[in-house]
Amino acid sequence: MPGALFPAYPVRVLHPPLRPDPLIEIDHVTFGYDSSRTILNDVNLRFVRGQVTAVLGGSGCGKTTLLRLIGGVHPANSGRVVFDGEVVDTRDRPQLYRLRRRLGMLFQFGALFTDLSVFDNVAFPLREMTDLPEPLIHDIVLMKLNAVGLRGAAALKIAEVSGGMARRIALARAIALDPELIMYDEPFAGLDLISMGVAAKLIRTLNDVTGATSLVISHDVPQCMAIADWVVLMATGGRIVAQGTPAELMASTDPEVRQFVRGEPDGPVKFHYPARPMAEDFGLGAR
Amino acid sequence: MGRLMGRLTGFVQGIGARVLASLQGLGHAALFFVGLMAVLPQSLRRFGLVVTQVYAIGNRSLVIILASGLAVGFVLALQMYYALVTYGAAESLGLVVNLSLVRELGPVVTALLFAGRAGTSLTAEIGLMKAGEQLAAMELMAIDPRARVLAPRFIAGAISMPLLAILFSAVGILGAWVVAVGLIGIDAGNFWSIQQNKVDIWRDVGNGVVKSMAFGVICTFVALYQGYETQATPEGVAHATTRTVVISSLAVLGMDFILTALMFSTP
Repeated sequence: MPGALFPAYPVRVLHPPLRPDPLIEIDHVTFGYDSSRTILNDVNLRFVRGQVTAVLGGSGCGKTTLLRLIGGVHPANSGRVVFDGEVVDTRDRPQLYRLRRRLGMLFQFGALFTDLSVFDNVAFPLREMTDLPEPLIHDIVLMKLNAVGLRGAAALKIAEVSGGMARRIALARAIALDPELIMYDEPFAGLDLISMGVAAKLIRTLNDVTGATSLVISHDVPQCMAIADWVVLMATGGRIVAQGTPAELMASTDPEVRQFVRGEPDGPVKFHYPARPMAEDFGLGAR
Repeated sequence: MGRLMGRLTGFVQGIGARVLASLQGLGHAALFFVGLMAVLPQSLRRFGLVVTQVYAIGNRSLVIILASGLAVGFVLALQMYYALVTYGAAESLGLVVNLSLVRELGPVVTALLFAGRAGTSLTAEIGLMKAGEQLAAMELMAIDPRARVLAPRFIAGAISMPLLAILFSAVGILGAWVVAVGLIGIDAGNFWSIQQNKVDIWRDVGNGVVKSMAFGVICTFVALYQGYETQATPEGVAHATTRTVVISSLAVLGMDFILTALMFSTP
């Protein structure tokens, strides 16, 4: 019964909600950066181990905030985030850092260290988090860069690489320590079609080859539908509109799902931001 | 009457809110300082990071510090000569210049220049790292950015500042020597010997170095704190950079008065 798991919303879950073996559980999470604005309101989600899950939604619906809560950057106002059976507690720094060592994150704009070379960026987590000898670090870094097709760019400075390359370098850095969970924050934003295709293929391949769990936050429907095993549609306030396999969502007749996956400008999600009547704003009634 | 009371209440409430916000800010900064102190030992174990920052903060400030020291030495010698010659005490010029530089001008002017040159650079660098999500990326890699980014810079600032102040004073004294001996014609032996006799290595030079250490800690901490707590926008970084200079300068001037009163209260 979908209503039993998500009692707060009229959720249209297209698959049975209790999916097996979740690595991450978002359990009745509510969060806002300040008391006046709630970003996520009683959100419930489960991300299955070994799968690519895409969370799709418009700008400002709380997708990135969701990633930050999983990474323990912010504490939830209420509810809990569970990582592999362990509740993420932002106050317990040692536990938090222990959990973070098991995840890698690709930031929207790469978040590469601009004072370091491409090689040193990928080597950074290896040098900071391990005692591996430098020759071994050298080999691992080149292997990771090779996986994203940038072994030849190892000596370049960050200022010398394109946006698409920066995203791939950041991906190589995110997988440097072979994390169990890889989180991608808008991996396709601002990329040209070729770079987008490369990024999508890499996400799928890395997930399959490393056996990691991937969580992709995006608003790019075609790319996510092409690579994801499971897709979650999120609306403002963290409301879960629907979730299911890409094929199920594409075939959905629900107006809100259809509007989102087809990119229609108007529908259940309104084009206009709530405003006063037009006559009132233009002062037409007074003339 | 009611409106007047309402305005008065609003005014008092406004003052109260400002005082509370200031106290809250001070408390936050104090906790941040304690947190930074707690991670310092980790940075000391990786001294290479500190050395890199000493180069960035210290070496790259050398030109402005040395040029300013020389200019201050020139001007100080001229001004002091005009004042001292009136009382027939021109032979004391070397001593007056030395004590002025070593006790006061060296530490204070170096700190003000340091805040303008290295402090703003630190704030902008940390602020842009925050805006570019580099600090957040470190956090999510389970690397504490305070230990990896802030602490080496803090130690480097605390090391660099006294060295820069010593160089400022030394170059200033050389500048004064050029003017006093080369231009005015004061006896070179007298210029140096009166300093040798009257300047106390611990009381004068030592206290000057202690002052500059305190200023180094203040300026570097303010710069790092402002950068770390900045709003991650271009406007936020610009405001943080400005605040660094204003707060550092005021704190240095205030602390200088306190330290001078403590160090030189007896003749």
